[in-house]
Amino acid sequence: MMGFTWAQMNAWRKKTVLGLTLLVAAAPLAACGSNAANNGNTAEAQGASGETSAPAAVEITNVSYDPTRELYDAYNKLFQAHWKEKSGQDVGIIQSHGGSGKQARSVLEGNEADVVTLALEQDVAELEKGGLIEPGWVGEFDKQSSPYTSTIVFLVRKGNPKGIKDWDDIVKNGVEIITPNPKTSGGARWNFLAAWAYAQAHDGADEAKSTEFIKSLYNNVTVLDTGARGATTTFVENNQGDVLLAWENEAFLSIKEHPDDYEIVTPSISILAQPSVAVVDEIAKKRGTEKVSTEYLQYLYSDEAQKLAGENYYRPSNPDILAQFSDTFNLDLKLVTIDDDFGGWEAATEKFFADGAIFDQIYRK
Amino acid sequence: MNLANPAETANRVQEKPRDPGKAAKYTLIGLGVAFILIMLVLPLITVCVYALKQGWDVFSQAITDPYAIKALRLTLLATVVAVVCNTFFGLFASWAISKFHFRGKQFLTTLIDIPFAISPIIAGLVFILVFGRIGWAYDFLQTYDIKVVFAVPGIILATIFVTFPFVARELIPLMQAQGNDEEEAAALMGAKWWTIYRKVTLPHIKWGLLYGVILCTARALGEFGAVSVVSGHLRGKTNTLPLHIEILFNEFQLTAAFAVSSILVVTAIIILILRNIVEFKGRKEEGEHVR
Repeated sequence: MMGFTWAQMNAWRKKTVLGLTLLVAAAPLAACGSNAANNGNTAEAQGASGETSAPAAVEITNVSYDPTRELYDAYNKLFQAHWKEKSGQDVGIIQSHGGSGKQARSVLEGNEADVVTLALEQDVAELEKGGLIEPGWVGEFDKQSSPYTSTIVFLVRKGNPKGIKDWDDIVKNGVEIITPNPKTSGGARWNFLAAWAYAQAHDGADEAKSTEFIKSLYNNVTVLDTGARGATTTFVENNQGDVLLAWENEAFLSIKEHPDDYEIVTPSISILAQPSVAVVDEIAKKRGTEKVSTEYLQYLYSDEAQKLAGENYYRPSNPDILAQFSDTFNLDLKLVTIDDDFGGWEAATEKFFADGAIFDQIYRK
Repeated sequence: MNLANPAETANRVQEKPRDPGKAAKYTLIGLGVAFILIMLVLPLITVCVYALKQGWDVFSQAITDPYAIKALRLTLLATVVAVVCNTFFGLFASWAISKFHFRGKQFLTTLIDIPFAISPIIAGLVFILVFGRIGWAYDFLQTYDIKVVFAVPGIILATIFVTFPFVARELIPLMQAQGNDEEEAAALMGAKWWTIYRKVTLPHIKWGLLYGVILCTARALGEFGAVSVVSGHLRGKTNTLPLHIEILFNEFQLTAAFAVSSILVVTAIIILILRNIVEFKGRKEEGEHVR
């Protein structure tokens, strides 16, 4: 009798309970939805008013790669002052940093960047392929949309205990190399290509010998991080390895942080690393931020910004300002370029970094 | 209530370990203490030491930095929403599962456990594949101008997802052990379901519930993996406190990173103390009940 009553109660209550359970499970979704809708609306309202009258403030998002944190920290302040003077508008700049390839991926997946300032032309080209950026962006700004350049150098421990002077020293037995993974990191691809350029110059452009050289180099790699900053942290903070293949700017930064612990070794040959900048057309159009986004990248070429780049250890693309930093940078270093020596990124990627290409072949073994 | 099975009791007596000898005893204790020191105490001390390494000024600057405060706010928001949602869900789910019989009950129980079993990165990627620009829900969301991933809702969703089972999982075994007798009695006396729930069910599970809520809060505060995937790392917008710590660490700002970490560590310790109080009170009350 008791069981019967309970069962009876069960019959008409369990539906209520099940319903409530589902309702509660669905509630957060609904809540988030409306929340998002509100956010969206405010953004839209801002965007819309941006086109009619000049609103007091505008906000852009700059999705960048790992080692540019300090540069854009400084540059954003410079640009905010410049834009305020030019248009009377306050501009807020939201920064995001990470491995270049990873960052491009996140923009492709919906991380709404007004501008991207990435390590590789290729990563920006991915966004073009995804329809976010209109073709022809390489020519949109000066110097193939590379306002500042860098190169690859060696960072070694103070006193250079392993006597590393050039690329052939780091492939020797017992030298531990730290470099990020070329599959995920832009900087790592420049590392790879710089080593290849050296090998080609010394092996009489013999591909098999160069491949062998690169293979012995990656045999010495003890930690393969996903991004340049991760690799630097591994070398500098966690004290792993004998030599870090690093962006020149990143190497200088490490020296600035730990002047007594490290020194920079410039190899005989390296590569001119040309990071790319572009306005993400789809997003900028949607938000009505095209003007400020374009100016944001254009102003990187101004004398002030070029100096700032030099102070943050990037090589200014303006030769006059680069010359002012001849004390900092080794300007005699022979620099190969991706276009002249590798036939552009597309060819280089296909040859070296695509699935099953040279990097995969040497790393698998 | 079910009595202990006599055969089982006999087994337990037989299984009682032989005296392992003093040397073994102290080695084991020593190993245990060393393990706790190395794995738990040392990291905690390291965090505190590093946090205050460059003095109080650097410490207070790091934790009052606008980005840190925004990150803290976002973390708190995500935690509060996640805890509230999961508490409600946990209450209803455990009630449904332990007090009623229905088809698909086993399936529902399994579903609740998914976030425990799945790696957070997969959870994050799933959200991106559904709500992201190349996900199938993107066009629909775009027409209503709703942004889920790489925005605050995505972070909240990811946090809810990974903390989903905590309250329900805490309550289900408890409520199953208690059985339905008292509820049945109340129903016989004519109590409505809400009265039964409020006056009979809830008082029995309140300590278990609190315990679940506390665990859920702790997990939500520290969530890193899934949130990292859906965040996009936009500073001041979608950076939670754990993500902010990673950024500071990568910016060579070790002291600041540990200073902000210390906020999380202190909250964790407070939560652990609360947890112990709750556990203690719960056990005490339970003991009185049995007596």
